Amino acid sequence: MTKPLLSVKNLRIELKTRDGVAPVIDDFSFDLFPGEAISFVGESGCGKSMTALGIMGLLPEGVGKIASGSINFAGEDLSAAEPKRMRNIRGNEISMIFQEPMTSLNPVYTIGEQIAEVLRAHQGLSKQASWTKAIELLDAVRIPNPQARISDYPFQMSGGQRQRVMIAIALACEPKILIADEPTTALDVTVQAQIFDLLNDLRKQTGTAIILITHDMGAVAEMAERMIVMYAGRKVEEGPVQQVIDNAGHPYTRGLISCVPHILEKLTHERQTLQEVPGIVPSLRDFGKDQCLFASRCEYVSKKCNNARPTENEFSNFQTVACWHTESIQ
Amino acid sequence: MDNNINNHIVKARHPFTEAFEMFCKNIAAVIALVVLFLIILTAIFGPTLYPVDPFDMVWMPFSPPGEEGFIFGTDYLGRDLVAMIVYGARVSIIIGLSAAFVTVFIGVSVGAMAGFYRGWVEEVLMRITEFFQVLPTLLFAMVIVALFGASLTMITIAIGAVSWTAVARITRAEFLRIRELEYVTASRASGANNFILMFKIILPNALPPIIVQAALMVGSAILFEAGLSFLGLTDPNVVSWGQVIGSNRSYLLDASFTVTIPGAAIFITVLCISLVGDGLNDALNPKLRQR
Repeated sequence: MTKPLLSVKNLRIELKTRDGVAPVIDDFSFDLFPGEAISFVGESGCGKSMTALGIMGLLPEGVGKIASGSINFAGEDLSAAEPKRMRNIRGNEISMIFQEPMTSLNPVYTIGEQIAEVLRAHQGLSKQASWTKAIELLDAVRIPNPQARISDYPFQMSGGQRQRVMIAIALACEPKILIADEPTTALDVTVQAQIFDLLNDLRKQTGTAIILITHDMGAVAEMAERMIVMYAGRKVEEGPVQQVIDNAGHPYTRGLISCVPHILEKLTHERQTLQEVPGIVPSLRDFGKDQCLFASRCEYVSKKCNNARPTENEFSNFQTVACWHTESIQ
Repeated sequence: MDNNINNHIVKARHPFTEAFEMFCKNIAAVIALVVLFLIILTAIFGPTLYPVDPFDMVWMPFSPPGEEGFIFGTDYLGRDLVAMIVYGARVSIIIGLSAAFVTVFIGVSVGAMAGFYRGWVEEVLMRITEFFQVLPTLLFAMVIVALFGASLTMITIAIGAVSWTAVARITRAEFLRIRELEYVTASRASGANNFILMFKIILPNALPPIIVQAALMVGSAILFEAGLSFLGLTDPNVVSWGQVIGSNRSYLLDASFTVTIPGAAIFITVLCISLVGDGLNDALNPKLRQR
């Protein structure tokens, strides 16, 4: 087996809140192999974005910090790296695209300047060379007429085009890892599909590994090979996408999958009632408790769930589930 | 074919064009800008076009405006008031602009550091700002000029030193708002260092209110200079409007024109600057756009 490109071990990220320190990410481990696409899935407030920010070293200053664990990237522990080294890695070896393409570009510069800036900073290209490369990149992210569009300002572009520009900036230095934090949430459905196609194609061309953060099961099925289901800052399930969707071992994963609507072949077909996961994510205060945090919303709940944190059971088929009742569910 | 299609697309307007249109809607500001432009032309070319030494006695003292070809008359030493106004425009404009520059330079540096770094840096810098804010400004400027001599440079520095606090506070507030925006995080995520973040990413976006403040600062600097030279704290070798008022103040009742003419010059200039500043505010402040 090849060596993982990024290996996160027992990561714990703490946030300072009014009630004291709360672990938003608790004992979280995963591996990312070169060229692979994995996906973090979970509802809002599960710590998906926090994990991404933790890897990038961009946790909110003075509020969030990595309390323990390690983030091993190509033999280097990022959780202990110098700020200068981190700046070198960001945008060059690991880059990130964000949820809101409408506000993620600086309104006072043309998109060409913004792409060229990254190339100049990390690759030391000349002004002319970085500009030429920026045009190539715009072409690669399928913006029509890149020679003319390169001197456009962000306000002259649509949401989908802006997200393409963000992808161009993120991939400018051919990073080893691209973290996409809900890249299509703010876009409409047809554009979403185009962005995913684009990401898939670029991954094939450049061999960049992708971490896709989403709550859209459709996106996961389309993009990723493996998925990690997160709940309240913990990993509840991990495994190959198709296998997890067909045979989820954690009641939360089941809930997430069953609440995706399906398109009926004929309108006359009987429509199945959508399942929902009752309740909400527990408050940050309760994140550190030694119990199954999903217990209050789970139909299989037993006394054990409320008294001890479930261990991660690894099955022979690379699927990992953190639940006391996996056997009885499957 | 392609061109044809493009012609029918309504082009999104450049923010600069939009700001310019907003500015033009404010008629008072446009008129003020024209007048201000004339005043600046006077300051630049006036002394060449009207080569009369403002310190020369050219006619009898206190001759009223219009007499013997002296449009504004003469002052208590028989000096030509037109020449004094024309030469004084230079000093007023130079002091106004350079003091505004000093103000913006100190204010933006302090405000940017405080708003960007937060924590103890902000704490220390803002306490210093507050200290300067509670000083009586005119008195403090007088002390500086009295201590270090009344040269134009010193007057500029004195005005800058007492009026940078407003700019610092505005800059800090803008930085606090902008540093949390997504494009700043995005730039951070692509590896920008603090210097680039502060001056290349955040500052250009924080500029509109700073520009408005700087424009108003030019007006108040001119007033400040007039105030100081009225009190005699000025370089005696250069004419300035405030100095003309100050030296003629004893004859206010007998020859009021010697005081009102330079006074009107100050009034019109500062009024025009304020109106232009107001127009800039309309053009650059998104909250007022909907009016």
